[in-house]
Amino acid sequence: MKERLKINGIWLAIMVVIFAILAITYSTGLMSPVVETTLVMIGINIILAAGLNLVIGISGQFSLGHAGFMAIGAYTTAIMTIKMPSIVGFLIGLVLGCILSGIVALLVGIPTLRLSGDYLAIATLGVSEIIRSLIMNMDQITNGPAGLFGIPPFVTWSMVYLFVCITLILITNYIHSAAGRATLSVRENLIAAESMGVNVTKYKVVAFVIGAMTAAVAGGMYSSYVQTIVPGNFDFMKSIDILIIVVFGGVGSMTGTVVAAVLLGMLNMYLQDFGAIRMIIYAFALVIIMIFKPSGLLGTKEFSVKKLLSKGGKQHV
Amino acid sequence: MNVLQQLVNGLSLGSIYALLALGYTMVYGIIKLINFAHGEIYMLGAFIGYYVANNFGFGLVLTLLTSMIICAILGMLIEFLAYRPLRNSTRIAALITAIGVSFLLQSLMIYFVGADTRPYPQLMKNITYDLGIFQISKIQIVIIVTSLFLMLLLQFIVQQTKMGRAMRAASVDPEAAQLMGINVNYTISFTFALGSSLAAAGGVLIGLYYNSIDPMMGVAPGLKAFIAAVFGGIGIIPGAALGGFAIGIIETVVSALGFTAYRDAVVYLILIIVLLVKPSGLLGKNIKEKV
Repeated sequence: MKERLKINGIWLAIMVVIFAILAITYSTGLMSPVVETTLVMIGINIILAAGLNLVIGISGQFSLGHAGFMAIGAYTTAIMTIKMPSIVGFLIGLVLGCILSGIVALLVGIPTLRLSGDYLAIATLGVSEIIRSLIMNMDQITNGPAGLFGIPPFVTWSMVYLFVCITLILITNYIHSAAGRATLSVRENLIAAESMGVNVTKYKVVAFVIGAMTAAVAGGMYSSYVQTIVPGNFDFMKSIDILIIVVFGGVGSMTGTVVAAVLLGMLNMYLQDFGAIRMIIYAFALVIIMIFKPSGLLGTKEFSVKKLLSKGGKQHV
Repeated sequence: MNVLQQLVNGLSLGSIYALLALGYTMVYGIIKLINFAHGEIYMLGAFIGYYVANNFGFGLVLTLLTSMIICAILGMLIEFLAYRPLRNSTRIAALITAIGVSFLLQSLMIYFVGADTRPYPQLMKNITYDLGIFQISKIQIVIIVTSLFLMLLLQFIVQQTKMGRAMRAASVDPEAAQLMGINVNYTISFTFALGSSLAAAGGVLIGLYYNSIDPMMGVAPGLKAFIAAVFGGIGIIPGAALGGFAIGIIETVVSALGFTAYRDAVVYLILIIVLLVKPSGLLGKNIKEKV
């Protein structure tokens, strides 16, 4: 416990240093609006992908419905901030979205997580499409296919950064806790884990719910930052976008997720100049990277403070 | 609302889904890959049909055949270039590659032919026959008959020919098949060729039916067809056909009842219920995992 505190302390210090560097670039005017937007989008993608990586990489459940939970968070926060345009309203919206998304994930997860592999993927995809369909048809509340606009902006890059840090700290600590180890055992061998007395369904559902809640937080920040949301923002392609980050970074590696989100975000920013052939380059890069590095950029490797402390001694999981 | 009428409309839409679903199911059965680029082959099939019909004035049969042959070659090419190098890596990496290929084909098409919707050449005069209890158009008859013919042909190839036997063997156990002298790579290529040509046929037929095509047209039907394959039990050929027809009919009936906006949601809901009751699809067998 004491050791974890120490490691978390060091992580916190690293995060503060990164924040300081970002703040200096911001205050000296080095950060253009384009860069700032990219930074915010990267941050939101990190939160999304970290949650999804917990589901796919740590608990080994293949979910394709992450965008649905993002949509719940985005819409709840948007509706709440429109009704109550203050920072308190925004935070209430964020919490409500988080809770709502968690409840939906719980209701959906308990039956569907009995399914395995690709069947689970298609079931979660179905759930997310149902959520989107409901949003499209609840005209009175969500304004249907036209979407919501004029959402009061409360999100700044520093707030996104803060939430990224909180999410990462929470998720990595969860992975290293007893529950996290049980979740890992589910990924490694479901039957062996079950026979060792691990409540398999419980850990799958918990990972799924945490993933859904972080997705909702990211969704809430997204809606407040871009100020306009339409149901089309949260379709199947959005789930795929997040999945790409997870796989590109390395399934199961949180460090990989962060690196991949940053790299893909930057790639996106630079490709803006290429206009029409942007998507061609992006798709081509994706195929090439997968062919030559199918395990993702970092595989399952993790940047670990603990390992640095013990000077490469014990293998750290 | 006429029930029989909706059934006819559902059958014609469903047979397109079924044609696509067959490709998904065969590829999944043999290499366990959800080939997300399959919907794009369908789109390319429609476009190839568009060009040959417009530029060479081909009739329906010739258009279908050209499009099917070109797409079969394309399918094999994609398998060879993108999927074969990943044969031994994780399935999720192969899945992302398939998504990448699908993005690539879409964006290449948007870049070269433009994103706008274009009208499809009318390969035949459309006549609507009124049979008293329901109406059926000539195009609907062509769609249903062509699809059924192709499905029966596929069933014949898989069940009766040597290649079909190799496909079945490779899908059960690729390594054992290899040991028995089956060239697994060749078999997989053949599977992709078959699946892609069926998708191309579906693309040409849908072009005729809706009279419009665009580079993004493969996304939604691709997903629906995959669902159809899962619905019937992925890896099972009659299951894919059944799933395709079922999804087509459900969609049409939900629309006809006035719930067009909820159409996709209903399809997904039914899919989830089916999966919960029978986790391996309608025709699938539940196999207990060995310890």
